[in-house]
Amino acid sequence: MDSNHRRNQLLSVGGTALLIVLLYAADTSSSDYTIRILNNCAIFIILAVSYNLINGVTGQFSLEPNAFVAIGAYTSALLTLTPLEKEMSFIIEPCIWPLSVITTPFVVSLLAAGLVTAFFGFLMGFPVFRVRGDYLAIVTLGFGEVVRVIANNTQSITNGPLGLKGIAEHTNLWWSWGFAIVTVFFISRMVRSSYGMAMKAVKYDEAAAEAVGINTYWHKMLAFTTSAFFEGVGGGLLAHLITTISPTLFTFFLTFNLLIIIVAGGLGSITGSIIAAVLVTWGGEALRFLDEPMNLGFVEIPGIPGMRMVIFSCILILLMIFARHGIMGTREFSWNVLCGKLGIGGRPR
Amino acid sequence: MSVLSVEHLTMKFGGLVAVNDFNLELEKGEIVGLIGPNGAGKTTVFNTIAGYYVPTEGTIRFQGNPIGGRKANRITKAGIARTFQNIRLFSELSVIENVMIGFHCRIRSTFIGATLRLPLYRREERMMVEGAMKLLREVGLEDVAREKSTSLPYGKQRRLEIARALATGPRLLLLDEPAAGMNPSETQELLQLILRLRKDYDLTVFLIEHDMKFVMEICERIKVLDYGTTIAEGTPHQIQNDPRVIEAYLGEVQSA
Repeated sequence: MDSNHRRNQLLSVGGTALLIVLLYAADTSSSDYTIRILNNCAIFIILAVSYNLINGVTGQFSLEPNAFVAIGAYTSALLTLTPLEKEMSFIIEPCIWPLSVITTPFVVSLLAAGLVTAFFGFLMGFPVFRVRGDYLAIVTLGFGEVVRVIANNTQSITNGPLGLKGIAEHTNLWWSWGFAIVTVFFISRMVRSSYGMAMKAVKYDEAAAEAVGINTYWHKMLAFTTSAFFEGVGGGLLAHLITTISPTLFTFFLTFNLLIIIVAGGLGSITGSIIAAVLVTWGGEALRFLDEPMNLGFVEIPGIPGMRMVIFSCILILLMIFARHGIMGTREFSWNVLCGKLGIGGRPR
Repeated sequence: MSVLSVEHLTMKFGGLVAVNDFNLELEKGEIVGLIGPNGAGKTTVFNTIAGYYVPTEGTIRFQGNPIGGRKANRITKAGIARTFQNIRLFSELSVIENVMIGFHCRIRSTFIGATLRLPLYRREERMMVEGAMKLLREVGLEDVAREKSTSLPYGKQRRLEIARALATGPRLLLLDEPAAGMNPSETQELLQLILRLRKDYDLTVFLIEHDMKFVMEICERIKVLDYGTTIAEGTPHQIQNDPRVIEAYLGEVQSA
């Protein structure tokens, strides 16, 4: 087991290095379009993996990520815009004082986005975890809407429905994939620690978890706040990728997309969330050819805009029929399993 | 000083009095049984002691400290562990993980320390694995440590639940029908196990059981509940010959 451990560490480092090399290759020789998709993939990995921590690992079905992403996006955007840019954007009401003069570097704004969102998540956790099950879903859904409505109406902070424009395009492959790696590393290590085991215990049987001395309330709060932190960072990256944000961007549809990703990947599986995030983000683009006219030889199909969404929905339906626990179920990728399958070294455990 | 002292415990659910004026003193090292017909309020007594219900009236003291109305996880941390009538294991987790979770409430590492695997957490994790293996050996499950908990046969699941309860480091163990669904030889093994664990871990045991042979053999004292009221208490011999107990179980003797 010990030699396997050393080998697995080497493989993990090697895998990360390979990813960096591939990113470097993509960064230098790919089109803007490909780079944009890769950035989107990384951001959705961050959002999905952190959402999975509360919904999949801890089993608390909640519907608030759009709120967290919105808070993160606004926080970091307001911090990187210069005072002059803010003065020009806020045409109806001027931006309130400390925000109107602060400008921070990109990385500081991302961390601030994470911390501010985690703080909001923490406060929100107090009321919402007094209920569970369907009620939790409804209450968190409500919070998601509340944040959007607040963003629409606090003219002097968020610039209301006009949104924030001209955000510098700081997000590149290094930032987005860098944070994706950090998120996956942090959350997977957390899930494997005894805190993660306690979170799973809460999911499988809350009463039994209490009986073994687990404070279920605080473990839910921990999962929720950690999730909020990374959703916030993801929101910050998103804001600096699309450069224009407004409240309409953070509707329930965003949560819904993330929910599709984590359910399709397998609730509770980090590996599944990563695979599904890439498949959904990249797949949505790859299926674009379906919108165009097609010649199948015997029949000619005229281009139907939206056809890809129909096919995409069908794929999801098939997935739910034939793999109800998602692509990975609750399993995780492990070097041991991979090496065992390939028949390389080490003994199976 | 007694380990557990329950005074005038009353538990009402709306108009229903599930437990009425229940009193109990447990001395250190005792094995005491709680019996009674179905619906007598035995599990309610357990749930109230373990912190799942807030008692309507009465006080519960554990090693001198009042614990009535505290949350279940805090009561476990104080030193009262329990098992459930219908086994409640963490189904998707392995046998050893089920036991390791029991140690989680005692670790000093913060979640950051645990996530970053700082030296303190590494030591604690090693302690958790070793402690869990020791407990699994104790209950004879070390060879299935890596298997899924729900793949075990019934009797082993019961013993796993006891190992998990022991992992929390209890002084008092509450066992809710530990022998339910076991065959006579499994029951006999369980009896030996409980006696051995009491000695090795310095435990006091309070148990609910329907298997009368088991109860009479293992318990030093027995309390009998019927409709929430204590109708008898004493040694197994006294209980067996108490007319009120016989009446509660078999019905009133009709004079012809």
